[in-house]
Amino acid sequence: MADPSDAAGGRPAPSPGPAPAPPSTAAPPSTAARPVTVAGPSNGTPGSTTAGSPDAAPRRARIVLAEVSAPRPPADRTRTELTQQTPVGEALVRGLVRAQLALALRLSLVVAIGLGGLPLLFAVAPTVGEVTLFGVNLPWLLLGAGSFPFLVAVGWAYVHLAERNEQDFTDVVQRPEH
Amino acid sequence: MGNPFTIPTVVAVTLITVAIGFYGLRLARTTSDFLVASRMVSPTWNAAAIGGEYLSAASFLGIAGLVLKDGVDVLWYPVGFAAGYLALLLFVAAPLRRSGAFTLPDFCELRLGSRRLRKLATLFVIFIGWLYLVPQLQGAGLTLTTVAGAPYELGAFLVGAVVTANVALGGMRAVTFVQAFQYWLKLTALAVPVIFLVLQWQHDGRPPVTPPDGTAFRVATTVVVEHPATLTLADGTIREVRPGEELTFAAGEPVPRVAGVPSANGLDWLLPSAAGRDDQGLFATYSLILATFLGTMGLPHVLVRFYTNPDGAAARRTTLVVLALVGAFYLLPTLYGVLGRIYTPELLLTGQTDAVVVLLPSAALGPGLTGQLLAALVAAGAFAAFLSTSSGLLTSVAGVVSTDLLGRGSVRDFRLATLLAGLVPVVLALRASELDVSQVVGLAFAVAASSFCPLLVLGIWWRGLTDLGAAAGILVGGGAAALAVLLTVVGPPLDGWPAVLVAQPAAWTVPLAFTVMVAVSMATRHRTPADVGATMLRLHAPEALRL
Repeated sequence: MADPSDAAGGRPAPSPGPAPAPPSTAAPPSTAARPVTVAGPSNGTPGSTTAGSPDAAPRRARIVLAEVSAPRPPADRTRTELTQQTPVGEALVRGLVRAQLALALRLSLVVAIGLGGLPLLFAVAPTVGEVTLFGVNLPWLLLGAGSFPFLVAVGWAYVHLAERNEQDFTDVVQRPEH
Repeated sequence: MGNPFTIPTVVAVTLITVAIGFYGLRLARTTSDFLVASRMVSPTWNAAAIGGEYLSAASFLGIAGLVLKDGVDVLWYPVGFAAGYLALLLFVAAPLRRSGAFTLPDFCELRLGSRRLRKLATLFVIFIGWLYLVPQLQGAGLTLTTVAGAPYELGAFLVGAVVTANVALGGMRAVTFVQAFQYWLKLTALAVPVIFLVLQWQHDGRPPVTPPDGTAFRVATTVVVEHPATLTLADGTIREVRPGEELTFAAGEPVPRVAGVPSANGLDWLLPSAAGRDDQGLFATYSLILATFLGTMGLPHVLVRFYTNPDGAAARRTTLVVLALVGAFYLLPTLYGVLGRIYTPELLLTGQTDAVVVLLPSAALGPGLTGQLLAALVAAGAFAAFLSTSSGLLTSVAGVVSTDLLGRGSVRDFRLATLLAGLVPVVLALRASELDVSQVVGLAFAVAASSFCPLLVLGIWWRGLTDLGAAAGILVGGGAAALAVLLTVVGPPLDGWPAVLVAQPAAWTVPLAFTVMVAVSMATRHRTPADVGATMLRLHAPEALRL
């Protein structure tokens, strides 16, 4: 969905600023592409390089076409549910948003406790501040050095888990059959 | 400061910046090239560019100065500056990229479809941008005064002019290359000298940072008084000093305390503020945490960069790399502040603690060649900090001015807007040389956290947000924070709780903004945009689906 205008559903252009460029490679509509390639030889155009007996070709092609495209509609239906904002599609999106938000909130809670609790800890138990490690007071070590790897670790976990949520969503939408 | 290397190095950094800008100019052709670098920027370049743009004078000079002065409590500045990217990653990065919004006003119109809200957001972008630009130019003036004895106005004006010209001519594509280069320059400029400084400290027999009988001068020091002050000497006598007076201290003599300059001594500096004894300090700490954690996502020059990612997943990965790069950088200023306690205690006396990074190499390593070269390197890094942050800020302010105030955002409009947007902060910086660099930057974070953070978070995650709710939240929360800024900068001096509430407003303005935004949105439920479902799908559905 690199071009926002196709999901915007005919809304006015997002801004008077620069319009987003279309994706660099045009996305081939995967469901439509397959029948066309198979249907090509079925027309039996003279001069085409396709081999085979001229009378057998049309019939065989049509059977293959039907078989290939048969399992596709359910997936398309889910897509349509999403883009047409049907209750089912709406519920799917709500589920994704909720999952991502819950993930973000859980990880912020980790940071809120892990880092946000420190001033309170130092304030309530001042002796913690006097503990020294390698000759350096603990608050200096925790804040000056330890907090940064901690933040990166939380960020790494988020990227990993958020991508998994999205993969789950993609799998539901692209599931071959119900 | 007879350092023959400083001026050539600063000039070289400036020239390289301009040269890379012109290299980019050859590539920039259309308005879209100008503003979003054609979205051809790779994630690594993009992350380094975000880092380069973000690490400002406040990071490069201000943090070390604050650590020197106030000790462990201000370590929350670097932690918060880095953690802001985590909040951005968790709540904003991927959906914002998918929204296709290039600026915050764009996002307002996209999500809530209101032109009036767009105008309001534009005003806040300009306010925050200028608020953040002034301390950058101030830092430039201060650095040039410190290292070369040049007048303050020259440095502020020079950086302002170079940045304005570069942005007006090169646009953001140029800026992307410049910024990425600046990140690595800044990291090198702090990392290399710190190795020498720590070795010198070892060589000196590891002098203690907090000697039992207070901070003392290591060598005989002469301090020239610049402002009238009241000093409390070690033996308890009080002495009034006037500008121009010279004070000479012998080696080993303790540093006198200056009335009115809050420089924590000894244990106050070493240990965190404690409950009961210092409730205001605790409140200020939490307020600072809230402002920096949530303010980063509302800074206009940070958000612009997300549009240059190809998709939402790339935006997430870029943010993670930024978090790592910025975190690595923030390990260093603390060391400068701590070592400054040993080698440049006279700054506690003069109050010019922001100069510690620039002065420390020559103070610790002596007047030899190594000290001079390292001092020049640090000065170059400082200039990189001013140039890169100012460029990014100016680009985003000018982008907003050109698209929302001047017209359709043509290249011509953009150049005109750059001149306008650059002129105002230069004038402000020339008139306000006394403000504290880090404090002003902290206030910019507080305003961003109380206006755009609720807008982005609620806009991305809550269907119920309405245009009226968003406008009310921005006006009340952001307005309160902006008022606190104005009171701090031009208002009368305050004492006790009012002073804390005004100087560190985020702890009450951020919850206020969220509450007002939610309450007014619920009261005006009928104004929920009809296409909110489609917008949500677009913000959150992975691009792989090609919906």
